[in-house]
Amino acid sequence: MPTLGPVTRQVPPGGARRRWRPAVVTGVHDETSSARTFRLRIRTMDDEGPAGRHLPGQHFDVRLTAPDGSTAQRSYSIASAPSPDGEVELTVERIEDGEVSPYLHEEIGVGDTVELRGPFGGWFVWRGDTPALLLGGGSGVVPLMAMRRYWAQTGRTVPLRLLVSVRRPEDLYYDGEYGPETTVIHTRQTPAGDPRPAGRLTAADLEPLLAGLPGPVAYVCGSAGFSEHASQLLVSLGLPAGNIRIERFGPG
Amino acid sequence: MARTGFGRGQLRDPRLPPGQYDTGSSWPVLTAEVSPKLTADTWSFRVDGLVERARTWDWQAAHRLEPSTWEGDIHCVTSWSKLGTGFTGVSLDTFLAETGVLPTATHVVAWSHTGYTTNLPLAEVTGGRAWVVWEHEGKPLPHEHGGPARLLVPNLYFWKSAKWIGGLRLLDHDEPGFWEQRGYHELGDPWLEQRYSGD
Repeated sequence: MPTLGPVTRQVPPGGARRRWRPAVVTGVHDETSSARTFRLRIRTMDDEGPAGRHLPGQHFDVRLTAPDGSTAQRSYSIASAPSPDGEVELTVERIEDGEVSPYLHEEIGVGDTVELRGPFGGWFVWRGDTPALLLGGGSGVVPLMAMRRYWAQTGRTVPLRLLVSVRRPEDLYYDGEYGPETTVIHTRQTPAGDPRPAGRLTAADLEPLLAGLPGPVAYVCGSAGFSEHASQLLVSLGLPAGNIRIERFGPG
Repeated sequence: MARTGFGRGQLRDPRLPPGQYDTGSSWPVLTAEVSPKLTADTWSFRVDGLVERARTWDWQAAHRLEPSTWEGDIHCVTSWSKLGTGFTGVSLDTFLAETGVLPTATHVVAWSHTGYTTNLPLAEVTGGRAWVVWEHEGKPLPHEHGGPARLLVPNLYFWKSAKWIGGLRLLDHDEPGFWEQRGYHELGDPWLEQRYSGD
């Protein structure tokens, strides 16, 4: 029977990380017209360790309770690098006909409290120890940004490349924060002066990035269509399927 | 005045386990690995381990077994549920009747043609509780949802319903699979909200 190679069992230590914990919103800012980042300070109980420690690529579950007592919960990727201060940033895309994200966008501001559980995720995580190729489509850049920020924070000793695919320039999250490690491609409309014509990701976009990375692990996050297309391109360029990790917010 | 926001004032559908929402007609695709190049011609399904006669079926052989259709609700740990949906394939009971099961078998590891694995107590996949399915709503199961064939274990969160199913190995002990080794619950009962290890 085929296997994915040796893995170690990674159960979160203790019960602390699995408990719902209140988190106070300490900052809110817009990334685009439809995406907003919430900075949250997680309350630490006396018997718990550092509240915000996570691995880049993990997510939190967020639970909201309505005045009538009904609750709703969703998973949101962590955008920030691990930090000892117990604060995390989650970037939430507003889904127009959604139930939770419009509420977060319209009703939650600085000083409000939500409940968090996590961090979770033991597959789509980057520990900073392997060369990494990060491919993000639209909002899929969020967990990759946690990896890129961690990479920047830890001194860029391991090679890392990030490619972000967006429809139009105004859809780019975290604009202004990218360096030469990042390539932004546009599928519908390019910014003035961009020599690359608008169009979906191609092997030619990926080849130069792979060329600079010895033995990389690729992290692909985005829509089902983007993830499928990008991962098949990587395979066609010779990257073993076992070196490709895909994220659609946890198992089905 | 603040809106009540979510909930929309509707009565909660009793078919929804706690923490779940109805995804309606959509069916989200969740993937952790590269999709395999797998067709009806290259698919096979094997049952081995603690059985009397290990056996592998190809597409034609599996389709000669007695088919059955299941209709009900499916639940993903990421909190969507799809209500009143139907699959057609063959019950695992039918496959296991052909191989026999040794009395020492207590668990199974289901594995996919990708290498994905997930563990299940034998009692959760026998007695009309699990199927290998190749049709959804009367149409061939889409590749992105595990076509040509996937496991269906509707009583548990859907990561147990391994896409691109390749086989079952019967064991006398529990052996955590892909997600179970990565912080997710050993069993995954949606009604008990067994999402993460320790829940």
